[in-house]
Amino acid sequence: MTWRQRLSRWDVKSAPYLYIAPFFVLFALVGLFPLLYTGWVALNKWSLVKGNQGFIGLANFQYVLSQSRFWDGVANTFSIFLLSSVPQIFLAIGIAAVLNANLRAKTFWRMGVLVPYVVAPVAVSLVFGKLFADESGVVNAILTNIGLDPIGWHSDRFWSHVAIATMVNFRWTGYNTLIFLAAMQAIPNDVIEASIVDGANRWQSFFSVTVPMLRPTIIFVVITSTIGGLQIFDEPRLFDNFSLGGPDREWMTVTMYLYELGWNVQKNLGRSAAVAWLLFLIIVIFALINYAITRRIASSESHPKRKALAK
Amino acid sequence: MRSSLLRGAAVTAGLALLLVGCSGPAGAPSTSPAASTSTSASEEKVTLTVATFNEFGYEDLFAEYTKAHPNVTITPKKAATSNEARENYFNKLAAGSGLSDIEAIEVDWLPDVMQTADKLYDLSGDDVKGRWLDWKEAAGTAPDGKLVAYGTDIGPEGVCYRADLFKKAGLPTDRAEVAKALGTTWDDYFNLGKQFVAKSNGVAWFDSADAIMQGQVNQLKNAFSSTEPEETLIPLGDNAPVKAQYDSILKAAVDDKLSAHLQQWQPDWVDAFQKGKFATMLCPGWMLGVIEGNAKGVEGWDIANTFPGGGGNWGGSYLTVPAQGAHTKEARDLAAWLTAPEQQIKAFKAKGTFPSQKAALTSPDLLSVTNKFFNNAPTGQILADRANAVTINPFKGPQYFAVRQVIADAINRVDVTKKQNAADSWTQAIKEFNALG
Repeated sequence: MTWRQRLSRWDVKSAPYLYIAPFFVLFALVGLFPLLYTGWVALNKWSLVKGNQGFIGLANFQYVLSQSRFWDGVANTFSIFLLSSVPQIFLAIGIAAVLNANLRAKTFWRMGVLVPYVVAPVAVSLVFGKLFADESGVVNAILTNIGLDPIGWHSDRFWSHVAIATMVNFRWTGYNTLIFLAAMQAIPNDVIEASIVDGANRWQSFFSVTVPMLRPTIIFVVITSTIGGLQIFDEPRLFDNFSLGGPDREWMTVTMYLYELGWNVQKNLGRSAAVAWLLFLIIVIFALINYAITRRIASSESHPKRKALAK
Repeated sequence: MRSSLLRGAAVTAGLALLLVGCSGPAGAPSTSPAASTSTSASEEKVTLTVATFNEFGYEDLFAEYTKAHPNVTITPKKAATSNEARENYFNKLAAGSGLSDIEAIEVDWLPDVMQTADKLYDLSGDDVKGRWLDWKEAAGTAPDGKLVAYGTDIGPEGVCYRADLFKKAGLPTDRAEVAKALGTTWDDYFNLGKQFVAKSNGVAWFDSADAIMQGQVNQLKNAFSSTEPEETLIPLGDNAPVKAQYDSILKAAVDDKLSAHLQQWQPDWVDAFQKGKFATMLCPGWMLGVIEGNAKGVEGWDIANTFPGGGGNWGGSYLTVPAQGAHTKEARDLAAWLTAPEQQIKAFKAKGTFPSQKAALTSPDLLSVTNKFFNNAPTGQILADRANAVTINPFKGPQYFAVRQVIADAINRVDVTKKQNAADSWTQAIKEFNALG
């Protein structure tokens, strides 16, 4: 009896851990282990072809931090990130507000915004490659037709970022729209009705009631798009057919620099791993800043509301 | 941050499981179940996997081989791009398992392949001795003298030109006369270009300055590193021959306005074929198909049997047999058969891969080939002549492509994006070169 009792007590205590164990085992295998192993690779002279050639301490980090290419990559990444995430969030909130209104064929429109997200990035890049070609592109044809100068999409640093940000926005705006839409539908109708009874018009109730109540969702979207934006790879890599980011690395992001060092030109996995860790640190710092902001906004709200909105 | 990181991990895990599920059949052992009760070793049933990329033109040849060797089953594996194949090759070569019995490689990977030649099966043998053009065979031989790569195709270069645009500018149009007018040196080529652009009404002489660089660099024996007494990278700042090429090409491209300022393979370059923005192009054999595809419906393309500065080769591939395979002996037999002149001529007819075998270059079967799109030019004869004109086997060390990239970037900053002048761009190139270390 006592043995069975003990067993059942052990069962009660350990079962929850067993239930969640598969996730943590998987995470250790495909998340934690690669992270630590990358750290180990970064401390060695490690060639893609010849393998590990010995421990060299922090020399890889020293090399990477002294390269102007690396800092160019950081600047490009932040530039593309700001050009894509900021307009994207405003657009997504706007579209979500429209979709939240009483429309005919609601589901059709709601699924419609998700279509660009389903299209493969490679296909998106092919289409946008034609749009943003310097001489034969559609965008420049339109610009010259209305009397403006054509833009050097592949030669001007800023404009190449705009073109890439357009690709990113095309793909991700719809996804964020759906998240905002879900949050808007969780806002109780009586709050909005109350504001209208108080004499607010549609704009006022949108900006003074809906948007403030979306704040936790906005924070969520900001954080996820920060992580995604700082790791941006597909779109800039496919912006031309050489995948290096232009002859002066005009649109080379940090992840592309990582790939160039490790696989393309130098085949130096050690330096590549060092870039990976530096990028990881940058993202952690950003996440901490975001976390601080989240806490401040959360504590400025009253408790019951937060509970109702925590989705 | 944390939750989405974890979610990312979960998604990755799911994907990993999916991939594992998919790779089951492909990862299965390459030996067929020992159902046969064969007695002699040569009759033993074997399955050979052959990994290629793009188009090698081997599909019909596999069927032919298995018909003659009933005990052999061939499983072809084809990667969509050579980059994909290259990643797979080096990852699995280093890992020591997972490669196919025969792996095709591109000339661009040779420097890296030669560093790991000990992981490849020795393919030397009397049956294949002297089969290839000397420079092609030399490139497939490891530093210790063992032959590790059988040559398949090569890219001998001629000059492709638009006869209709030549006519408008008052230049000769017949391919023999054009070859004569183009001369034999790069100066001749550029001078004719100056004559052309003076009357061409905005049409450029060549497509891209870096394409010209590609042609010229391949004519240097030791472009970026010296080999005597041992391999040493030449500091770019001291590399006078390359600097001279760089200066003369950019002078022709920018000052003399010969370049269409395009970058090969970019949408604008593809589009320029339809709009007729340039009149000549350096073209290796495999480029003929590319031009035909891009210039569909355009009439006037032809090819001249000459190349500035002597012969030139651009590209080409090899077959290797990784030592990790279970049937290296049988794989070698198949690779030797596939790269024999008769088979490579068939591959040429199927997919246009120009053979690298001496005997193939004199075969009437090859020499009689003509190309309708290029004004019925005898491309078999022309490319064979161009292949025989190649005398130099450029040395490409492990850093070759890194340095080549630095120079391509430098040229494109001046020729394509026009953001720098030649001198500034060279200064930056030296800085980038020093960072390679």
